[in-house]
Amino acid sequence: MLLLLGVTLVTFTLTNLVPGDPIAAALGEGAAANPATVQAYVERYGLDDPLPVQYLTYLGNLAHGDLGRSLATGRPVASDLATAVPATIEIAVCAVVVSLLVATALGTVAAHRRNLVTDQVVRVVSLIGLSLPTFWLALVAYDLFFRRLGIAPGSGRLSPSLTPPPTITGLYTVDFMLDGDSVGFVDAAAHLALPVGVLSLFTIGLLTRFIRTSVLEVLDSEYVRAARAKGLGPGRVVVGYVLRGASLPILTVVGIAFGSLLSGTVLVESVFAWPGLGTYAYQAASNLDLPGIMGVGLVVGVIYLVLNLIVDVLYGVLDPRVRLA
Amino acid sequence: MSLDGALTRRPRGAWLRLPRVWRSPLAVVGAAIAVAWLVVAVSAPAWVPYPPDAQQLPRLSPPGEGTLLGTDALGRDVFSRLMTGASTTIPLALGLVVASAVIGVVVGAVAGWFGGWVDEALMRLTDLVMAFPTVILAMVVAASLGPSLYNAVIAAVVVSWPQYARVTRSLVLGLRTLNYVVAGRLLGRSPVTSLVVDVAPNVVGPVVVLATLDVGAAVLLLSGLSFLGLGAQPPTAEWGSMISGALANFDAWWIGTFPGLAILTVVMAFNFLGDALRDAVDPTSRTERTAVGVASAPQSVELPVEEDRP
Amino acid sequence: MSRPAGGSPVLTIRDLGITIGRPLVHGVDLELRAGRIQGLAGESGSGKTLTSMAVLGLLPRTATTTGSISLAGTELLGLTERQLRDVRGRRIAMVFQDPSASLHPQITVGQQLTDHVRRHLRLGRAQARARAVELLERVQVPAPASALGRYPHQFSGGQRQRIAIAMALACDPEVLLADEPTTALDVTVQAGILHLLREVATERGLAVLLVTHDLGVMSAVADDVAVMQQGRVVERASRAELFAAPQHPYTRQLLAALPGSSLEEAPRGL
Repeated sequence: MLLLLGVTLVTFTLTNLVPGDPIAAALGEGAAANPATVQAYVERYGLDDPLPVQYLTYLGNLAHGDLGRSLATGRPVASDLATAVPATIEIAVCAVVVSLLVATALGTVAAHRRNLVTDQVVRVVSLIGLSLPTFWLALVAYDLFFRRLGIAPGSGRLSPSLTPPPTITGLYTVDFMLDGDSVGFVDAAAHLALPVGVLSLFTIGLLTRFIRTSVLEVLDSEYVRAARAKGLGPGRVVVGYVLRGASLPILTVVGIAFGSLLSGTVLVESVFAWPGLGTYAYQAASNLDLPGIMGVGLVVGVIYLVLNLIVDVLYGVLDPRVRLA
Repeated sequence: MSLDGALTRRPRGAWLRLPRVWRSPLAVVGAAIAVAWLVVAVSAPAWVPYPPDAQQLPRLSPPGEGTLLGTDALGRDVFSRLMTGASTTIPLALGLVVASAVIGVVVGAVAGWFGGWVDEALMRLTDLVMAFPTVILAMVVAASLGPSLYNAVIAAVVVSWPQYARVTRSLVLGLRTLNYVVAGRLLGRSPVTSLVVDVAPNVVGPVVVLATLDVGAAVLLLSGLSFLGLGAQPPTAEWGSMISGALANFDAWWIGTFPGLAILTVVMAFNFLGDALRDAVDPTSRTERTAVGVASAPQSVELPVEEDRP
Repeated sequence: MSRPAGGSPVLTIRDLGITIGRPLVHGVDLELRAGRIQGLAGESGSGKTLTSMAVLGLLPRTATTTGSISLAGTELLGLTERQLRDVRGRRIAMVFQDPSASLHPQITVGQQLTDHVRRHLRLGRAQARARAVELLERVQVPAPASALGRYPHQFSGGQRQRIAIAMALACDPEVLLADEPTTALDVTVQAGILHLLREVATERGLAVLLVTHDLGVMSAVADDVAVMQQGRVVERASRAELFAAPQHPYTRQLLAALPGSSLEEAPRGL
């Protein structure tokens, strides 16, 4: 709660204390020159109240679920966010899953071949993954796979010929599945492929190094030696004992990686015209759309809290010592 | 591991072992690329074939036809703009990293050293900033300040300092109670002197590692903001905005490809360098586990009793 | 299942040499007999743990071994990894030093007791479970059935080591390697664990190799003792002989280091 309050306060202060004229930005230079228009606008949004009053008004509305009306889109921020957030969650969750799988494989192999050629190759590859400018990679992927090869859909969440599924979760793939629409599902999944792939590369780089270190530590442990001394095969030892032992530190870093993924989505969404939180935040920021920006800040704060909660819960699931404590 | 580290009264940690870095091929490759780009950044304006914003060439001509890397939609030379872009981005990235590191280290040191409510307040602030995804926060700051390259740098500083604060705080917290630091205080050092003389040398290593890796992140963030139109404004030659210019001209692949490679190589160079440095400074992440650092364990250092104390 | 008669050799180590970068173990001969406990003593770094790991084929990849280790006529050195896996846990089992490290903290006792049983003996889940309960009963872990669903940290150190012993006994092996099985335990529970080892060795005709630096432990349960120093066996004798009349000066040093030692001719301390 304190964090959320802090988030709104910071965004509010930030957007009000700095130069830049949101009214001019919202109305356009021409209309802003007309005092009557400006006056009407200011009164409509209560912009002439002292700042603390404006902030309290905002908080009061917030308590009723009213995030204000976006100056950029002219629609309520809450309903804008209701469509934007699931779109981003869909990409981010897919990217986390993909990168976790790939990074676990790479990190485990590298740890087993510590200091051998494979290990060095994995190290260089993951460092390169960390060095790729996401927006450029998105552009290259778009150009290559959509424009030149034509094997992936270019932009948006769905082909124009299809209608979105009935909103249940807001995640198109899941909603299509619940609706039993396989054509829609395949189409939505195909639209996910490029943005998810592009986003994953960075996260793979981030996770691989870390997973390698965690797995190395566990490989040296006595319980892994004991498992091998029981005659278990390498597959069983790695999956059943090593990865389970490394799961707690990996979980921690996945939580951190999710945050960096949200950063990446802003840039990737803008290339693939993905109507998510990143696109919305960009629109709000460049229009100095105060309610929009605060809405984004709030949502990001909520996501951060929920993420921490999920990580805590998973900690309990993975570690009996935490669960029973 | 040399015994020197164990015998000096104050473990200097990182500095004694820095040369080890140069045994790593990654570090050498990284350093070579970084130095090459630095040279370009400093000297490019003097030798590029065309002024970076001169619109004097045929438009959208591909590489090799009159120019090395082709021209953009306004008839500007991509190669000249690419090289000039280095002088735009790299000095700013270095500057913003230094600024974030200084701010972060001061905040972290103050929080860790004084503890109590100072620590509480500063760390709450740090956590708050860190709760935001960097690009989103930087975007908001940059947009509020008004789109310009310098405002983008300020935005980047705003989102970058907390990591230094965190690292410094935890290092200082750990060091504060160590024998040789406590002994220094007992010998009559003021808190500030003690912080500078006894604690600072042990903070330098990790902060340098972080800063090196952060140069890459800074370049990515600056060019990302420029790509979104919140950083460098036309006609400034800047890699991120060059790439966004390619959005309108997909068939002219050369417009976007080369600036992307430029960003990639710069970031990669600093990541290689930082990664190798981390191995040298932090023995726990070292790939070579053969040598266990004696000098890295300040706890084990015996403090010689100074007999001449009154 | 036919068992070799008590006292007949089960595992024979001949002229074992181990090199990891440099030679660490030279010309070790040992013979483990059914129902008997062979002690292997020596300070850390003397090569005793390397010897037991060599028996299981669990030395680091960079290690080279020479000589012979034969299990009831089968030569173990030179077996492929796959063949070795059928020996490990099935015919030769191991108990490690610290049960809080050798049991996986995030896996239930039941699963750790049964996964190798199901693999080696091809038992179904229910059969393996029944066997695990039986084993826990044998090693005197209270409430065996409910213990299967619990995690290692929910047991005391002594009970954990009993669980580790049950794990080792699960496939009814011929040889048990126990590497410092009591070192990490409280003094008060050490005796119980040693007593258990003695009992299972006798009742199952198990050949036990007891590796320890602690001659006090040796004197409690070992039938025969070999003393290693710097990679060589410097003395071997029955327990009675060794403690009555140690021949090698190193053995005397070790004995002198025992608390309450009465061997006055040996220098105190190492």
